[in-house]
Amino acid sequence: MNHPHTDTGPRSTAELAPEPAVRVQDLTKEYPGGIQALDKVTFDMPKGELTSIIGPSGCGKTTTLKIIAGLIEPSAGEVMVYGKAVRGPGPERAFVFQEFALLPWATVLRNVAFGLELRGVGKKEREDMAREYIVKMNLAGFEDAYPHQLSGGMRQRVGLARAMAVDADILLMDEPFASVDEQIRRKFQEDLLHLLSVEKKSVVFVTHSIEEAVYVSDQIVILTRGPAHVSKVVRPGIDRSGDSQEIRRSPGYLDSVENIWDELREYLEE
Amino acid sequence: MSARPRLLSWTLRIASIVFVFALWEWAGRIPVSIAFPTFTAAMSAFREMILDGTFASAYAETIGPLLVGVLLTALGGMLAGLVMGLSPKAEWLGLPLFIVLQASPSAAIIPLITFIYGIGFAAKVFAVVLLSAPVIVLNSYRGIHNTPRSLLEMSEAFLANRRQRIWKIVLPAASGLIFAGLRLGIAQGFTGAVLAELIITPTGVGDLITFYRSGADYDYMFASIFSIVLFASVSLSLLQKLEQRIFRPEMRPT
Ligand SMILES: Nc1ncnc2c1ncn2[C@@H]1O[C@H](COP(=O)(O)OP(=O)(O)OP(=O)(O)O)[C@@H](O)[C@H]1O
Ligand SMILES: [Mg+2]
Repeated sequence: MNHPHTDTGPRSTAELAPEPAVRVQDLTKEYPGGIQALDKVTFDMPKGELTSIIGPSGCGKTTTLKIIAGLIEPSAGEVMVYGKAVRGPGPERAFVFQEFALLPWATVLRNVAFGLELRGVGKKEREDMAREYIVKMNLAGFEDAYPHQLSGGMRQRVGLARAMAVDADILLMDEPFASVDEQIRRKFQEDLLHLLSVEKKSVVFVTHSIEEAVYVSDQIVILTRGPAHVSKVVRPGIDRSGDSQEIRRSPGYLDSVENIWDELREYLEE
Repeated sequence: MSARPRLLSWTLRIASIVFVFALWEWAGRIPVSIAFPTFTAAMSAFREMILDGTFASAYAETIGPLLVGVLLTALGGMLAGLVMGLSPKAEWLGLPLFIVLQASPSAAIIPLITFIYGIGFAAKVFAVVLLSAPVIVLNSYRGIHNTPRSLLEMSEAFLANRRQRIWKIVLPAASGLIFAGLRLGIAQGFTGAVLAELIITPTGVGDLITFYRSGADYDYMFASIFSIVLFASVSLSLLQKLEQRIFRPEMRPT
């Protein structure tokens, strides 16, 4: 599908930029049973950046992310990853699930190494790699624990570590910090930013929190109430060189939060 | 489980066993029926039969068909359950058959076996299969059919191939129900073997019961029945250990 680009959306500005990591084009999804989740969702996700998707609950954020992952087929439209149309899951993409999706019968170590195990990496090698991310995710000491022995936040970090361990270029994260309290959440946000500055990955990040989106994102895609289409794409342009408290008090940060609130409020009141 | 609840659960278990035996002893002393021996009488008969090798030779005859039958059904049943759980067509074809089979009074069919399989080893094996197959197949099917979607999706996202999906996701997820089916299936198969011995071929443990009943040696008859219960519970708990070892280490009490 190669329509001439006549609209003036975010896409036309991205035309000038280098090829995006992911291009989402006119995605439409109707679930069996007639629920329409997406209506021509279009946005680009530039390489090496963090793109957040934000929108009302049930609007189709998970659906969008799973289509990018190749786990769900769209009814219409397509997803290009590095210029190639997505036909299914691929090694360059890794997913962090909203409901964790850990193996209850496997230890933290095996869960973190599971992506590598499926790829046929030898036991010693994959466990060494897994241990590295277990430490980075502050899970050291829990290698031999089972998921039912962990808190929600810890399980989420196991899911994060599993996705990091396969070393995919593109991380698809579905509300990765939803089940942790505000304090830990802020620490995770710092950790994530730090990790991204070191590891150079492109990230799509679904969140409910406007503050979180503004704080961590290069770009924020705001979806409307379902069936979702893109309401607006915002680039907060926050200078992250300073101290986190300062950033959260800076006018740029506060303005962005306020703008997105205004954008979303429209869909909440009705 | 920590030490205290574990101690408690053991105490409860032993207490309930002692209670049942005491009840047995009391009922035997009344006596509720002249055919009902006391616990102590049955136990001394039990001891005697172990020592003189009666049990050994009887079980040697029963265990063969039981093992062959249960192994056949376990492999075939798990395979059938797997195929039915993974393919809608096989599900449509096979599921009603096993549901009907499970609901039908299979014991009534056992005498008919002789027409096809005679009264030998094969007849016993068939009786075992007949009784144990439905529950093993249906449980495997249910377990496999109900594999959490989220785990299947996760394995897909991390590029599992078909074999990995079955061995690393579907089977461990279904193992609880599969092994529950195996436990019930073995119990059923045991019933099948003993029924076959009672009804068609007077051999093995079933024959012990018939033999002692006809001689009105009720101590020995009850000792034989007791040995069946004991044998069944020991093999079932061994099976549970095996399951935890292979598939579900997180359920192992530490
Ligand atoms: N497998 C499915 N079958 C049918 N409908 C579905 C399915 N999955 C999602 N939906 C519907 O599609 C819509 C979008 O769901 P989705 O999970 O993408 O929303 P979301 O934005 O991620 O929500 P949340 O913020 O609560 O996580 C919802 O109305 C939901 O009911
Ligand atoms: Mg969601």
